[in-house]
Amino acid sequence: MKKIIEGKAYVLGNDIDTDQIIPAEHLVYSLSDPEERKNYGRYALSGVPAAGAGLPGGGQPFVKEGQTESEYRIIVGGRNFGCGSSREHAPACLEIAGIEAVVAESYARIFYRNSVDGGFFIPFETPAPLTEEIKTGDALRIDVDAGTLTHLPSGKIWTLKSLGEVIEIIQAGDIFEYARKTGMIPG
Amino acid sequence: MGMTITEKILAAHAGAATVKPGDNIWVDVDVLMTHDVCGPGTIGIFKKQFGEHAKVWDREKVVIIPDHFVFTADPHAKRNLEILRDFVSEQQLPYFYDAGTDNYKGVCHIALAQEGHNRPGEILFGTDSHTCTSGAFGMFSTGIGNTDAAFILGTGKLWVKVPETMRFEFKGTFPPYIMAKDILLQVIGDIGVDGATYRAMEWAGDAVMKFSMEERMTLCNMAIEAGGKSAIIEADQVTKDYVQKRTDKPFKVYHSDADAAYFLKKIYNADEMQPVVAKPHSPDNKALVSEVSDVKIDRSYIGSCTGGKVADFRAAAEIMQGRKVKVDTFIVPATREVEADLHKEKIGGKTLAEIFVEAGASLGEPSCAACLGGPKDTFGRTNDKEVVVSTTNRNFPGRMGSKQSQVYLASPYTAAASALTGRITDPREFLN
Ligand code: SF4
Repeated sequence: MKKIIEGKAYVLGNDIDTDQIIPAEHLVYSLSDPEERKNYGRYALSGVPAAGAGLPGGGQPFVKEGQTESEYRIIVGGRNFGCGSSREHAPACLEIAGIEAVVAESYARIFYRNSVDGGFFIPFETPAPLTEEIKTGDALRIDVDAGTLTHLPSGKIWTLKSLGEVIEIIQAGDIFEYARKTGMIPG
Repeated sequence: MGMTITEKILAAHAGAATVKPGDNIWVDVDVLMTHDVCGPGTIGIFKKQFGEHAKVWDREKVVIIPDHFVFTADPHAKRNLEILRDFVSEQQLPYFYDAGTDNYKGVCHIALAQEGHNRPGEILFGTDSHTCTSGAFGMFSTGIGNTDAAFILGTGKLWVKVPETMRFEFKGTFPPYIMAKDILLQVIGDIGVDGATYRAMEWAGDAVMKFSMEERMTLCNMAIEAGGKSAIIEADQVTKDYVQKRTDKPFKVYHSDADAAYFLKKIYNADEMQPVVAKPHSPDNKALVSEVSDVKIDRSYIGSCTGGKVADFRAAAEIMQGRKVKVDTFIVPATREVEADLHKEKIGGKTLAEIFVEAGASLGEPSCAACLGGPKDTFGRTNDKEVVVSTTNRNFPGRMGSKQSQVYLASPYTAAASALTGRITDPREFLN
């Protein structure tokens, strides 16, 4: 697990559902084929209506046309991030596009669980809304152990909510590594 | 302190005498369901983690139901079905309802019920968020991702955080023009799309217990649209009659204790309920049908796990019999059994299917179809700026295909009445 996560922010609003994260027509590609899975990066967040794509201005595609990786590393979201279907393609596509952390006010539970159990990225919760304080493209730094988020342009620091018991799964890597460590499944 | 039904089921499956909300526990799983969209990914992770030759923990407890992308020429979608077939034959799984065979059923949540896989007191996980539908049978059921499903395939266990329960009680009797969908859209409108996040929604009250199993499934289906982890309705004679017709397996009925602790208890007067819709683009964007009756529509869609059961079509046919639709109207039975019923059940001497065809509606094959957009050639998929009134459960941007289309969620009564007039219409205009 990385201790410091640094990169540009991509800011989204409330209730970003899994159909916006990865529209259903793209759920057909293989996740295990190394070439084919890049399609998930290509179409990550392609269902977000233009007005909400990269706040505050909107109209900033998460992944540039023709590319499969995003220039952004950290997503800043509002309430109920990842609501909708149980498709694990949603957290997977964000990871494939290069996302290392999501910082949102709250999550839909299946998405949160998938992010942790699958070890795609760390879903942090913020005690206060940050979508108005951070602009798409701003440089951010997350100190995982300290549980803080720094807005590099202004130097402002926020304390993130504690990850609670799931930190053990995150530290292990995913639910399988966790189960091996604790002897639930043979190493 | 007493426990809710949900807490009792979870405790029993964790081997604990009691549990309380917030506890993280490991439970033994009774049924794992997966489908064509998430099955292949689940299988991939299972093999990677447990080995190429690993066997699933219990063949009898795995149910595979292709339903999402089964009537499309899309080559990737077809390959997903092949992956499921290979896995089923390698693992010798007895419950596989394969597409393109006589054994095909249709939408997983309805097929689970019809094939006897929903049993009171059990724990069912499924790789589909609407797995909460099965809670209508007095069981704990919830949606999970591929990783968790692969973990269950190998171990038969999963960790669960015990949810707090919210209780919604309806006293009295629902008026005849009110369907479960109206109730549910009302409640989601009241609490919001994240109003039940991490929690169980327990439906109760005389009015709810008068509902058929199908209407109860509609109520539980959309717990996820309020962010809920699960939904539950205590099993009663109606449940037992339904289940015993479809399986010989034993089951256990749990009841909530009178002194159980709830996060919230909300009591509604059933007699006062009114037909409602959810406006674009969120299931909690509630309006009374009477408030949006000037909205013109381009199509009406009646189908999906939440709105494509025979009770839904009986309601739609009641309104459409002897009349003609004014807009494109799509009828999509959830399963083969529902489809067969459309050709058997009659109103006024005509079968439901005849009523729909004579009204000018098109009938599709049982599947998820345009409920989730899907490949471009999907039946009923929106491809432009269509305004749709739909009995499905989600109206997020692009959910039914095109990001420009506008979807109003409504009951089958309202969807049928609107099909006849070309605008959003209160079913009372046609029901006497
Ligand atoms: S009918 Fe719609 S909501 Fe139901 S399982 Fe299929 S896609 Fe999901």
